Amino acid sequence: MLSYAFRRLLSTIPVLWIAVTACFFVLRLAPGGPFDGERSLPPAILQNLAAHYNLDKPLIQQYFYYVSDLLKGDLGPSFTSEDFNVAQQIMVGLPYTFTLGMTAFVLAIVIGVAVGCLGALYQNKMPDYVLGAMILVGVVFPNFLIAPILQLVFGIQLAWLPVGGWGDGSLKFLVLPVVVMALPHAGRISRITRGSMIEVMNQNFIRTAKAKGIGPRLTVMRHALKPAMMPVVSYLGPAASYLLTGSLVVESIFGLPGIGRYFINAALNRDYGMVLGTVIFYMVLIVFLNLIVDIAYAWLDPKVRNR
Amino acid sequence: MTDQTQKEVLLELKDYSITFKTPDGDVKAVSNMNLTVRRGERIAIVGESGSGKSQTFLGIMGLLAKNGQTSGQALLEGRDVLALKPRELDKVRGKDMAMVFQDPMTALNPSLKISRQLTEQLEIHRGFTARAASVEALDMLKRVGIPDPTRRFNLYPHELSGGMRQRIVIAMALLTKPKLLIADEPTTALDVTIQAQILDLFNDLTAEMNTALLMITHDLGVVAGLADRVAVMYAGNIVEEAPVDELFEKPAHPYTAALHAAIPRPDQDVDELVVIPGRPPNLQHLPKGCNFSPRCPQVQDDCIDRPPQLETLAPQHCAACFHPFPRREELLTHA
Repeated sequence: MLSYAFRRLLSTIPVLWIAVTACFFVLRLAPGGPFDGERSLPPAILQNLAAHYNLDKPLIQQYFYYVSDLLKGDLGPSFTSEDFNVAQQIMVGLPYTFTLGMTAFVLAIVIGVAVGCLGALYQNKMPDYVLGAMILVGVVFPNFLIAPILQLVFGIQLAWLPVGGWGDGSLKFLVLPVVVMALPHAGRISRITRGSMIEVMNQNFIRTAKAKGIGPRLTVMRHALKPAMMPVVSYLGPAASYLLTGSLVVESIFGLPGIGRYFINAALNRDYGMVLGTVIFYMVLIVFLNLIVDIAYAWLDPKVRNR
Repeated sequence: MTDQTQKEVLLELKDYSITFKTPDGDVKAVSNMNLTVRRGERIAIVGESGSGKSQTFLGIMGLLAKNGQTSGQALLEGRDVLALKPRELDKVRGKDMAMVFQDPMTALNPSLKISRQLTEQLEIHRGFTARAASVEALDMLKRVGIPDPTRRFNLYPHELSGGMRQRIVIAMALLTKPKLLIADEPTTALDVTIQAQILDLFNDLTAEMNTALLMITHDLGVVAGLADRVAVMYAGNIVEEAPVDELFEKPAHPYTAALHAAIPRPDQDVDELVVIPGRPPNLQHLPKGCNFSPRCPQVQDDCIDRPPQLETLAPQHCAACFHPFPRREELLTHA
């Protein structure tokens, strides 16, 4: 199991390198630059700026500078902020985004798996229909519609929860944005769980378990749940990276200081350092999450380990 | 074999039927079946695919598909298992009656270790501690002939061969020392050399534990070596029931005789294999008379008119036929 994890970890290195390279060059191909503004700057200043950020060097040389810095763990300077480099800027927003994302992720799994299992065990009966209909709401309505509705109802009408902001970071500030972020994922996870659970419950080994008279609870929890989680886990990798990259929409609506907005601003400003930094950060995150998914696979399906 | 009748009755099927609800109407897979199984007795249930032989016993175990419904009675030690609530049924199955399934490749859970799958029913039915259950399970693995059981105990099913897995499935069923063991074509998925070993295993272990064995099979060869008594099923009912020697020597029902004749004999030079003409009947459109009448070489007018009932021809030998064969020689001239 450990050697399997290590092998998988090694295989992520070339993936990361290719992604960094592609990203670096694609970004430079985009028209415009970090210092293009409404008013053009005097050529002398532009030249100084370019020299400061190594932009006057040949592109390939800039690439090597960047990669060698990166290997030392340095994401480089931000082109639009003199006071903070890229890593520092990311670190400012990251705690908020991570707290929101992880909470939403866990909530989505708990709700999704529970609802999915109930749906499968009561297949085509009342609980299945009711839960299915409820979860459908989360999937079909976009977050920019659900968020203001929840704000109106729970924030203003009932006044149970704050409408927005981070406040002191306590739970009541988290509830609404987390629910809005978790709902669509909970919906999809529940559909995947339901389908997969129904399939597993029809397998021969479940019949064997039933024949042993170990009771419905152990049959489901011990014999069916693990194999039924396989397709769910493969959905969790992308879902986690999606949630942890922060939702611009949710962060804006609830006025939260996460990093979702950095992405957009940096891209609009052609802040090469910032864009590359955030992209690399997320790439590492995604690769890492996929690694966890693969390891989870190996745990769920013993056959995978021998490959 | 005569002392069999003196033994205590273990399982009694009375007027036992299984109906499946389908969009095209109800299908009666087993109709009004009666069968008595005594303690320690070994009975083979023989029949073609679709004759209802597997469904009969899945029904007793409460393992029918959702659209299946049983009726009548299945008395295990006098208690009707068909009438038990799910919770009560779970106290009986896996403990007093156990089942070995056809395909060892899919009968074991691929994501759980052998040890986990073997020990759980001991913990639940017999209240064993995890440790005691492991000791007991390891001992059973030795008895079903698994070499190096301590190492294999901690493996996953995919790390074992088919024959090995079937031994595990058998060990699993016998661990709680059930009074009744139902084996649903346990050797079909195995190659011939392993088949013989597995049959021996059934023979030895059930005899040792005085477990009654119900062996469901379509292979008359399996029957000859193993069973005390044979019940032949056709279209959801028993058409003939007899001690194994008698059934082979003096089959009474034309269907039994035809099954016999269909066994290829290497000592006789034949160009073509003997087959039973026609196909098993559609259970939704059974003939008015005898179910076998459309395929029967001896069919007569009364066979088409009304269905025959099981009638005793000799002690312990009964058949559902208006014109049973007196002896096998006669059959061979007909076939």
